[in-house]
Amino acid sequence: MTDAALGTSASLAAAETLESPARRAWRRLIRRRGAVLGLAVIALFILLAVFAPLIVPYDPVATSWSLVRKAPSLQHWFGTDELGRDVLARIVFGARASLLAGVISVGIALAVGVPLGLLAGYRGGLIDALISRITDAMLACPFLILAIALAAFLGPSLGNAMIAIGVSATPIFIRLTRGQVMSVKVEDYVEAARAMGNPRWRIALVHILPNILPALLVQATLSIAAAIIAEAALSFLGLGQQPPAPSWGSMLNAAQRFLTSAPWMAVWPGLAIFLVVLSFNLVGDGLRDALDPKAR
Amino acid sequence: MLNFLAKRLAQLIPTLFFVSLLIFSLQHLLPGDPALVMAGEERDPAVIEQIRQQYHLDQPIPVQYAYWVKGVLMGDFGESLRNKMPVSSLIAQKLPVTMQIAGMAIVVAFLIGIPAGIISAVKMGTAWDYGANLFALWGISTPNFWLGIMLIFLFSVELGWLPASGYVPLSENWRASLAASVMPAFVLGNAIAAILMRHTRSAMLQVLESDYVRTARAKGLSERTVILKHAMRNALTPIITLGALELGTLLSGAVLTEQIFSIPGFGKLIVDAVFNRDYAVVQGVVLTTATIYITLNLIADIAYILVNPRLRG
Repeated sequence: MTDAALGTSASLAAAETLESPARRAWRRLIRRRGAVLGLAVIALFILLAVFAPLIVPYDPVATSWSLVRKAPSLQHWFGTDELGRDVLARIVFGARASLLAGVISVGIALAVGVPLGLLAGYRGGLIDALISRITDAMLACPFLILAIALAAFLGPSLGNAMIAIGVSATPIFIRLTRGQVMSVKVEDYVEAARAMGNPRWRIALVHILPNILPALLVQATLSIAAAIIAEAALSFLGLGQQPPAPSWGSMLNAAQRFLTSAPWMAVWPGLAIFLVVLSFNLVGDGLRDALDPKAR
Repeated sequence: MLNFLAKRLAQLIPTLFFVSLLIFSLQHLLPGDPALVMAGEERDPAVIEQIRQQYHLDQPIPVQYAYWVKGVLMGDFGESLRNKMPVSSLIAQKLPVTMQIAGMAIVVAFLIGIPAGIISAVKMGTAWDYGANLFALWGISTPNFWLGIMLIFLFSVELGWLPASGYVPLSENWRASLAASVMPAFVLGNAIAAILMRHTRSAMLQVLESDYVRTARAKGLSERTVILKHAMRNALTPIITLGALELGTLLSGAVLTEQIFSIPGFGKLIVDAVFNRDYAVVQGVVLTTATIYITLNLIADIAYILVNPRLRG
């Protein structure tokens, strides 16, 4: 190897060590084509959801008896539904419910699960045993069945569906945080922080939490995908977004009754769910690789 | 082994206690007076009073819980408000239907997921590998209720090959039963196949890099023998236990699949119960699902120890 080549690789290595972990992860993430594609699709759906009224010329809840179940055309690109509503308008406005449900329910799961996981993993003993058994009990009830039961008892609405999905997703975050804390708390830098007399809450929040964030970020991204499917499932069953407000799940429910006469009603909402969920899965997989310390 | 079993069973007791607490407390999420909500449209004070007494709602909460647990332990999950039948009888009626579909779905998942995972690992970096990974991503990201609707459109509405809905018991007419179950089983098994494929791939990749596989190759064994006899046997052990655990996921997926294909099983039971405000049935279904899941978890743990000699002792 020439001196020049040696110099270049040495400066690259130096640049890599100077780079912040977040920047390095971002650089690795955008090298993955799947993750970039996923990010682009998510960004597109966020833009659609935010600027929905500016993008589609039709009101998503306005019915028209003269436009009932019209096939896709130049006026109505995705066709119309059983009440003459524009399917594209309902898909675009429906993105709001799906994305909100995905983010808010995972936010609830993080807000409850991470502190409990930190407490269980850091304190150990009786508190750990108690939190762990409650987590085991919740994990024993399959995710969607628990969410349906909770949504049924809370009452059908988008807000309650988000709470039900959030609560059902919480045990995953408790277990993940607890496991991560248990492996990090024996590290030298945590021992050093303890030896310096830092209080427990400070060690947990300042020294442990930032080091377990990568794992939580990956799980949160994948959980958003699962939460979007769960919201669509609850709305499909009539336990989520209530009519006439648009939701991809409830659109699929209506579409099922008109499969022979208006199949387009079933294609677009399903495709929208699939694309958003696929994108979050692609980003989650990409983040997992990008944040893996063993990866070069 | 006995020590492990004793420890594992001891862990089950608090878990089951919290499961029962969780399911019992569901009823207290109901806004307002649970007796009024359970009565639904019925406003007769005598009926409301009867519900209050039947569910011991006039007693303190710990006493209500004690009554409920006592009933559950004796197999009494309460009575369905809609069918006027014991919840346990309803569950016993519906569970075999779901088990048939779930069993077929597991077969579909193993038949697709494991070969796809093995091929993907053996042909790493080739078009086969990319294809299998794309299949896995598709399987994980496709909502099963949409897949079900699309399959009905294609195979029932357009081609007319398969019935769009309904259920025929295997014992009654096996041909009709298979025809009615093949789409729901594929819809349910598809996502599990994707998960199995990913796990099989990573387990195979790990095993293919191990010393004993290198030794087998160095001995001059054919690649086919190395993969099928040496690598696959070790890689598949954890995958089979994983497959058993996925039965819990199947029960979850069955809720929507049975709704779409109008299958009168366990999943449809909970959905109908939700809409009829038949809360005792909802609680009974969640409790049964959790018990099945916990039992499978235990069996999978024991099976894993039995097939892995290094963990015994």
